[in-house]
Amino acid sequence: MTQNNDFQSHIRNFCIVAHIDHGKSTLADRLIEKTGLLTEREMQSQVLDNMDLERERGITIKSQAVRLIYHAKDGQEYMFNLIDTPGHVDFNYEVSRSLAACDGAILVVDATQGIQAQTLANVYLALEHDLDVFPVINKIDLQSARPEEVKTEIEDVIGIEAADAPLISAKNGLGIEDVLEEIVTKIPAPKGDAKAPLKALIFDSLYDSYKGVIVFCRLFDGTIRRGSKVTMMASGAQAEVVEVGYFGPGQFLPCDELTAGMVGYFTASIKNIQDARVGDTVTETERPCAEALPGYKKAQPMVYCGIYPADTQKYPDLKDALEKLQLNDASLFYEPETSLALGFGFRCGFLGLLHMEVILERLEREYDLDLIATAPGVIYKVYKTDGTMIELTNPSNLPDVSQIEHMEEPIVNAEIMVTTEYIGGIMQLCQERRGRYLGTDYIEQTRAVLKYELPLNEIIYDFFDALKSRSRGYASFDYDLKGYETSKLVRMDILVNKEAVDALSFIVHADGAYDRGRRMCEKLKDEIPRQLFEVPIQAAVGGRVIARETVRAVRKDVLAKCYGGDISRKKKLLEKQKEGKKRMQMVGNVEIPKEAFMNVLKLDSGDN
Amino acid sequence: MRPLSLYLHLPFCVRKCRYCDFLSHPAPEEEIRAYVRTLCAEAEQQGMKYGGRTVDTVFFGGGTPSLLSGELFGEIMQRIFRCFKVEPGAEITMECNPGTLTYENITRCRQEGVNRLSIGAQSFLDKELLLLGRIHRAIDIEESFALARSVGFRNISLDLMSALPGQTTEDFLYSVRKAIDLSPEHLSVYSLITEEGTELGDAYLDGSYVEKGWSALPDEDTERAMVHETARCLKEAGYEQYEISNYAKPGFSSRHNTGYWTGHDYLGLGIGAASKIGNTRFSNPSDTATYQRMIVGQQAEEARDVQLLSKKEEMEEFCFLGLRMTEGISTAVFERTFGAPFEEVYGEVLAKHLQTGLLAKEGDNVFLTERGLDLANRVMADFLLD
Repeated sequence: MTQNNDFQSHIRNFCIVAHIDHGKSTLADRLIEKTGLLTEREMQSQVLDNMDLERERGITIKSQAVRLIYHAKDGQEYMFNLIDTPGHVDFNYEVSRSLAACDGAILVVDATQGIQAQTLANVYLALEHDLDVFPVINKIDLQSARPEEVKTEIEDVIGIEAADAPLISAKNGLGIEDVLEEIVTKIPAPKGDAKAPLKALIFDSLYDSYKGVIVFCRLFDGTIRRGSKVTMMASGAQAEVVEVGYFGPGQFLPCDELTAGMVGYFTASIKNIQDARVGDTVTETERPCAEALPGYKKAQPMVYCGIYPADTQKYPDLKDALEKLQLNDASLFYEPETSLALGFGFRCGFLGLLHMEVILERLEREYDLDLIATAPGVIYKVYKTDGTMIELTNPSNLPDVSQIEHMEEPIVNAEIMVTTEYIGGIMQLCQERRGRYLGTDYIEQTRAVLKYELPLNEIIYDFFDALKSRSRGYASFDYDLKGYETSKLVRMDILVNKEAVDALSFIVHADGAYDRGRRMCEKLKDEIPRQLFEVPIQAAVGGRVIARETVRAVRKDVLAKCYGGDISRKKKLLEKQKEGKKRMQMVGNVEIPKEAFMNVLKLDSGDN
Repeated sequence: MRPLSLYLHLPFCVRKCRYCDFLSHPAPEEEIRAYVRTLCAEAEQQGMKYGGRTVDTVFFGGGTPSLLSGELFGEIMQRIFRCFKVEPGAEITMECNPGTLTYENITRCRQEGVNRLSIGAQSFLDKELLLLGRIHRAIDIEESFALARSVGFRNISLDLMSALPGQTTEDFLYSVRKAIDLSPEHLSVYSLITEEGTELGDAYLDGSYVEKGWSALPDEDTERAMVHETARCLKEAGYEQYEISNYAKPGFSSRHNTGYWTGHDYLGLGIGAASKIGNTRFSNPSDTATYQRMIVGQQAEEARDVQLLSKKEEMEEFCFLGLRMTEGISTAVFERTFGAPFEEVYGEVLAKHLQTGLLAKEGDNVFLTERGLDLANRVMADFLLD
């Protein structure tokens, strides 16, 4: 027992939370490197960001865990379980489930930028999970670093002690020792009884085609080893453990057993990911624990769009790819739908826009699919005159106006942190997006948090970009769903060559309809290349055309130059033209570039 | 054995024109001399290989072949006649620039066997010639033309260029009418293509033409109006459009260029020159030093860029090249050549463009309609197979 307690007291389960770009993944890399798990040479930059996409974009999408062994200055050896979390607001859900597996958190704050919107959001999440949080100030090597001010900010705004916060440069490896020592002293050891009935939280999972579901878990009580018979308490699924292990950098390392307080994984030939859902509690079949852990609520998709294969033959491939992706990303939702313009596809639900972009990119890259995505939208509640209510995710399914009693749209509470010089521009933007101003909190003289209620459908597409361009990148943004409110909504149909293109329909607030319609038409006019005939583009609400543009017929497409016998350039030109055609989708008899379906909604880029 | 066409590239000019992206540059006499020696050596080498075949057209392109001294030109011609079986009555064309023609060199060319001249007139308006960076003026065209006639050339072609900066339809038609007044047997009407890497091209691609004080390029509608009006004027004057950019009096179509569009075999000599023999395409290195090493070292086989055409590629070329001709392509010839019915391979494309009105079919012939000629690339791209 003492031995167990002694062992347990040398475990530290923690995560790193930060605003995006404040250096979370870089710090994780340094911790891995300094504890000697990998030599510098072996380190590929940002070990924990596995996906190409994560490295390219410098964002963490999936939570990752790794075990580190640290020889502390007190002469003892500690086992660290570091769980890396995503930093983007879309992935708060992932953050929250990782936090549940931890006992403490390191808060990374950029010494040049100070606290940002998601710093706050993530700290609050950590505090909600009763984690002990200690701050570190990163990027102190930069000229514009102002560590003392940032410390004050942390104390004033968040209310946690920051006077002794390590000043570090994760990039240059400065101050990493201090962080490691702080982990030992500031983060509590886990509690729990290794002999008690097994009680483990599933905080993530991964599907492996050989081993089945790989369950990532944090043990609160008990022990799990090969041969253990386990039950998932919520799903009721039972299984026999085949392998247990812990997380090496980018790999799974099998071991004999996991005991209370440890973080690791097990496999049990579970074929169906639904049997081992994230948030479920794992216990022993023979000797179940008294009650399950609280778990956490299922992530709700906030943003929907249609995804179609550019080549209709590829529908089964798309279906297969979505199935596989969902195995590793339970927050992805999809169901089949049909579009007159685009054929068979899926209506997919995402946590947010970044999540959507990530999924689209993964589908295209990892599954080699060529996709068309329709304009993203939110879930509207449509109350019908017959007393029923439908949740509308596809504008095409909007019932006839005569059957609609009223409609509601989702509203979010948004906090925008911005330096005071840009307040005017940001407030104007929020106003244009139908925002309701709630108030301003000043963090310090030059920085403030603007609080707004905003309709979700006004921020899902290009709000981030608009925010950045109007604040020169100085604004940060966080939001959470407040609820639904009645709103005057209409469906805007887009007619190309007199035919309504269902994939281009969207829901819009009635007051903004004319303006949006006009701009949609202008945008589409630029997106649709000239065809053999004149193509009218119209925006219509309830059958009434409110805007029109015309794509003139092409007049000239011929190479009138003498290349003599060298036909290679001519052939290249034709090949390029043919390639270009492949990016086109035939809608009626009009060729529309695939990107157009997404691009038409980018209203704020360049034209403001 | 099918006859062969010969193309000889002479990459020299007095001064590089502002729009020119062909292989050509001003060069001192010694360089020209050295090049001609290599060219003759190549003729010798290729003659060993292909000399058994009858040559029915020869074309000297450039650059400005008329820049060559009569002596050097004679050397090349004699070599060609020695190494290849040039048939009597072969069409032998030389490109030339007004302003480089003298009584001496043109007489020499004629004596050596050249029977067709292609004169790069481009425009009859001095302001346009100046802008293009041409070395000649309008008056030089008329003088050169008269000179060519006086020494007995009975087959002369003029090149004109449309879509020039600031050019109006009227401006261009002025040049067309001036050309008609000279009554050449053949006219080529090209559009200015703004190519990257040329002075003119870059200025219009990056917008710096404004600072240079040059006018904007005519818009698409104006450009098409020029082409359509030109076709009308030339038709009235008795010229038949036989290819997208080419017009001729009856019987005076360029046999050499027609060969390019109809799958004729041709052998290119000189830097960058392209060849097609059967189902093989190859081209010489475009850099003089490499070219010279290749000929001197007799390492032609390694240095040339060779491409073996698949049957699919041959079918594609048959169509997209053939469609440049106003008479189009013959489905019967297609079937004879490839052993597959045209409809089987291209039935869908044909149906599509009969419907769009860009293609028409009369008997066995499939050809571009008037509108199809304006939008030829759209049709041709569809003839590329998957």
